[in-house]
Amino acid sequence: MAELVTLTIDGKQITAEKGTLVIEAAKKIGIEIPAFCYYEGYSLQAACRMCLVEVEKMPKLQPGCTLPAAEGMVVMTDSPKVVEARKSTLEFLLTNHPLDCPVCDKGGECELQDMVFRYGAGESRFTEIKHHANEKQWSPMVYYDPARCILCYRCIRVCDEGLGVGALGLTHRGVHAEITPSNGDHLECDECGMCIDICPVGALTSGSYRYKSRPWEMNHVGTICAHCSNGCKTTLSIRNGEIMRANNRDQSGINGEFLCAKGRFGYDFVHSEERLQTPLVRKDGELVEASWSEALALVAKKFGDVKAKGGKFGVVGSARTTNEEAYYLQKFARQGLGTANIDHRRSGDVASLLNALAGKRDALATVADLYTTKAALVIGSDLSQQHPLLAFQLRANYRHHGSSTYTVTRGPVREDSYAARSIRFEAGDEIGALDQLREDLSKHASVVILFGDSVKGGDVAKLVAFGDSLGVGVKYVCLMDYSNSRGAWDMGLTHEYGPGYEAAEQRGLSLPEMLAAKDLDVFWAVGANPLADAELGSNDAFVVVQELFLTETARRADVVLPAASAYEKNGTVTNTCGEVQRLKAGAKVMGVKTDLEIMGLLAKEMGLDLGIWTPEKVFEEIRRTVRGYNVQLPIIVTGGAAPTQPVSGQLAVLPDVSLVRSAEDTLFTSGSLGRYSKMLNAAMEAPGKLYKE
Amino acid sequence: MIGNYPTGRQKGALIPMLLYAQDEIGQITEELIDEVSKRLSVNRVEIEEVLGYYTMLHREKRGKHHVQICTNVSCMLRGGEELWEHACGKLGIGNKQTTADGSVSLEEVECIGACSWAPAILVNYDFHFNVTPESLDALIEGLRTKQ
Amino acid sequence: MLLNQPHPLETRVLTRRFEYPQKNPIWVDEFVAKQGYEGFRKALGMSPDEIIEEVKKSSLRGRGGAGFPTGLKWSFVDRKSSKPKYVVVNGDEGEPGTCKDRVLIEHDPHRLIEGCLICARAIGAERGWVYIRGEYRFHIDILDKAIAEAYERGYLGENILGSGMTFHLSTHTGAGSYECGEESALLESLEGKRGNPRLKPPFPATVGAFQCPTTVNNVETFCAVPDILLNGGDWYHALGTPKNGGTRMVCLSGHINNPGVYEVPLGFNMKRLIEEIGGGVWKGRKLKAVIPGGSSSPILTADEVDIPADYDSLAKAGSMLGSGATMVCDETTDMVKLLARVMKFYAHESCGWCIPCREGTAWLAKILARMDEGAGMTRDIDMIDQLATSMFGRTFCALGDAAAMPTMSIVRKFRNEFEAKIGSTEVFVPAPGTQPLVVL
Repeated sequence: MAELVTLTIDGKQITAEKGTLVIEAAKKIGIEIPAFCYYEGYSLQAACRMCLVEVEKMPKLQPGCTLPAAEGMVVMTDSPKVVEARKSTLEFLLTNHPLDCPVCDKGGECELQDMVFRYGAGESRFTEIKHHANEKQWSPMVYYDPARCILCYRCIRVCDEGLGVGALGLTHRGVHAEITPSNGDHLECDECGMCIDICPVGALTSGSYRYKSRPWEMNHVGTICAHCSNGCKTTLSIRNGEIMRANNRDQSGINGEFLCAKGRFGYDFVHSEERLQTPLVRKDGELVEASWSEALALVAKKFGDVKAKGGKFGVVGSARTTNEEAYYLQKFARQGLGTANIDHRRSGDVASLLNALAGKRDALATVADLYTTKAALVIGSDLSQQHPLLAFQLRANYRHHGSSTYTVTRGPVREDSYAARSIRFEAGDEIGALDQLREDLSKHASVVILFGDSVKGGDVAKLVAFGDSLGVGVKYVCLMDYSNSRGAWDMGLTHEYGPGYEAAEQRGLSLPEMLAAKDLDVFWAVGANPLADAELGSNDAFVVVQELFLTETARRADVVLPAASAYEKNGTVTNTCGEVQRLKAGAKVMGVKTDLEIMGLLAKEMGLDLGIWTPEKVFEEIRRTVRGYNVQLPIIVTGGAAPTQPVSGQLAVLPDVSLVRSAEDTLFTSGSLGRYSKMLNAAMEAPGKLYKE
Repeated sequence: MIGNYPTGRQKGALIPMLLYAQDEIGQITEELIDEVSKRLSVNRVEIEEVLGYYTMLHREKRGKHHVQICTNVSCMLRGGEELWEHACGKLGIGNKQTTADGSVSLEEVECIGACSWAPAILVNYDFHFNVTPESLDALIEGLRTKQ
Repeated sequence: MLLNQPHPLETRVLTRRFEYPQKNPIWVDEFVAKQGYEGFRKALGMSPDEIIEEVKKSSLRGRGGAGFPTGLKWSFVDRKSSKPKYVVVNGDEGEPGTCKDRVLIEHDPHRLIEGCLICARAIGAERGWVYIRGEYRFHIDILDKAIAEAYERGYLGENILGSGMTFHLSTHTGAGSYECGEESALLESLEGKRGNPRLKPPFPATVGAFQCPTTVNNVETFCAVPDILLNGGDWYHALGTPKNGGTRMVCLSGHINNPGVYEVPLGFNMKRLIEEIGGGVWKGRKLKAVIPGGSSSPILTADEVDIPADYDSLAKAGSMLGSGATMVCDETTDMVKLLARVMKFYAHESCGWCIPCREGTAWLAKILARMDEGAGMTRDIDMIDQLATSMFGRTFCALGDAAAMPTMSIVRKFRNEFEAKIGSTEVFVPAPGTQPLVVL
């Protein structure tokens, strides 16, 4: 127990741990000590001098951001001296700061505006000529306006301390001092845009949002990022149905302050000119536009005919559609069409993990666990590239709590820079390499093991046995690729399992088997693009595709139904840690329907009774019937993340692990979605290259 | 030089290395930045940080003879500013500019620590004390013919 | 060689080996022949605590400007730490009006090395650096040669003089930054970074160079140490006044007949210093003001200079002893111009880290430049004072104070000169020429 001290702030007594910063102590009792450079979780700067407070028995004003609370200390945060000091600091700050608030992106959301409003003087005495420097573009994502910069160094710290990239620095001096990017005149970095988020003023602006809108013209919708499997909350700012920007405005998600390039800039696929907005039907060999009723009727008729004659279906789901859609799709296939041929492209062997963990409780790590665990072991994944939030959490844990990270990877990864130990292994030998770490890991009270796609099947069992042998609390994360990779497994989008990993009544064809089959009558792809790198073996198959874009698979289709993206729909997704979170529709795109609605309408057209197809009703059914998904509704509806653990006993059948393969996306690729994001593509084409250690 | 700093702290050699290398090649070049970055295992941005900070480090080419005239208080009291004006007029160039022939460049500098022998100037690393407009003329003539 | 003629009123301790005119530095043979390294030999026979006690007795205070007691500073070094300890010499000498360290290095470089050795012995350091401003390349070369000699003769390196002591010393060049004279900024610079000062605490005595316990002292401070060990702290102390022991180097500059660097006891009367040693104000003019400790120190008017020049007396007079600079202004000096020049310097040297200093110095420099050009307004005068007051005590490091103190004193003591410079109009007139303050 740390020593407690009692101090007085503005006449209020407060007891705090000795060494607590006065600015934090004040916050606890509802007293704001204003500051620009102070930012919780990052190193102290004492540079902005906004937080100066008066302390009894100290002749000079003291910075509240670096002053540790001490017994008997008497602090005044609103004495005339302090009020005057704040006024003068703001007056100083505004001498060279351009008053271009009417056109500044930050106008209305600017901390400097707020500070001046609250603490500033009504007028300035400054009548000299302002120092000015021109704005610069550092990358497709990041612009820097040195004139607006107040030099709080938050961006430098978030990049260096938070991300471990260190792409920003400070150059020149005095009024000429400004932030400088990693490569002289441009950035070579993760392009995460965290610097833009953390900038209190409009000095760092976003390439995709700048000069586009005023903050008060937009609605802000918090939803889950459509890209990777980490499940970050991203806030879409919507004007007239259009996403103007995505950022981390409310910081209430599991990602806290974090958001990467995909979550921040990768939303632009939504409004791509290549989006499909009308159903397409193949006539005379050509895909031509058709009405929804025509297209749906055509599909329903074909499905009905093939079902009636006992024909062969192949159904492929997606790792990006919602749990409700995945669930409804497998129900449609199994109950509605009577087929067992259903699958999706799997990127991690979570089934083997759940099987190996049978009987254990709380053995799946949450995103939050990564920030609190004493040690983490990363096997076979370039975490910073593929799982940026998880990488951020581990780094923050190391930074704030001194946790130990161990890496077992084929090549160098960024985590090596602070890892307690790093081991390189030859493909297939990762489990063998672990023995070297047994002693190190068993020293820690808690360990989280994260593993990529190379650990599967029997190796997962060995890994869990290794974890058991450590004799400490071990939790696991099975790393997967996309926003609902985990949900697709859980909802039964595999030929082995129904929802909740119940063995399928009849084992159907896997995805490769469907593609290889010469006698498929119907091939139905919902949000999947299996023909991107494969041929469809059956020449006569009637192909139905629900897609956002005219992908390789859609081009082969007989009917293409334009689908809504994750940013246009409600529902839930499950991240790679098994946490369920809610999607909230933000954007509107004309002409499209959600996959759930498309399936519901098809069912209706076919006269099938598969239940009401609203996300709420389907989720209710999932909660009722899918093991582990009876999650607390209030957590979900308030925007929280509810952990699941869908299996409590050993699986009746083992998964086909030969099908597990990660696409190994980078920070700027994201399967077929990434191909339609101009910003992500621009980042790859920008001068320089992807940041690598 | 790296050996003068603790193991793993070779970045300590950064500023001396940049300055001494600049003395050899006349300016900080991109190649030099790359080389120093490699030798000391420091990021490019760490070098940018110091390049902009230290006034003696410069990327632009300067004259063969870089004449630095102090106009800070002690020198000002004894004619440093007049000396500066005189030099600008004589050479027809201003602060941080170089004569067309590349022989002489001028810089108005802050205190160079020669206050008791003011006004003082530095030509590259050579001090000249108690300089008068006349002695400055002679000095500059000497420099231009010396090239 | 720079040396001015010696003056009979000087008390020569640090400069006792100097000769006039002196063509070359005192190299090792001559140094040793004149009691060189004997203070260090004595220190080798003493315990670290005894050395520190001796330095405390001498009442030697830091000669870089802040005047912190040296013995006390050494005693703060965390000697029990398992980390290496370091000795760092501050030879950045950037305070306008100061040019003493160079004289010490240039003429008697081994004295500095000896001072470092004694300090190293006291704090248990095995490595040191002499940080010298980049413009002093000439002096770096001299010291490098002296260091090489010291290695050759076994005064540096391993098993020094058979004592088992190890100490390595090297020079480290600065590259143009006044701010690096601040000890924590100097340490940053030594580590290859910008000279932005560090947050304190921790102080260098616990977390200094390369995160290790470090003592940082000015060149002159280290140079005083050998004779303190040689003749005893009491002896050194007795050279000065009761609370301000020893001698100090003064740099007379400005409007004076015999400018130069002299060594005088602490407490030597400032008026006598100017009139007797300095030969009085030049051109037969009257004295207007003296800046007694470098451009950061508050100015003294002619009426205020008849005081002993030591730390306490100057503090009592509202100024400071500072770095040993004594800048003399005759009756013709334009105080507005002077302050404008001073502020131009601080705006140029502000590292930009904190808002009040970065913006305050730049703003003040602009106002003062405008006033100097004759475009001042009445309200500017009070505003200059107010802005300086707003900076004072509120900046991250002492540079803000250094800019504020002369400003407040000059504008208050010479208000009439500011008033005389007010333009004919009370309407804002932009400063002639919109040249940026500093050209990058």
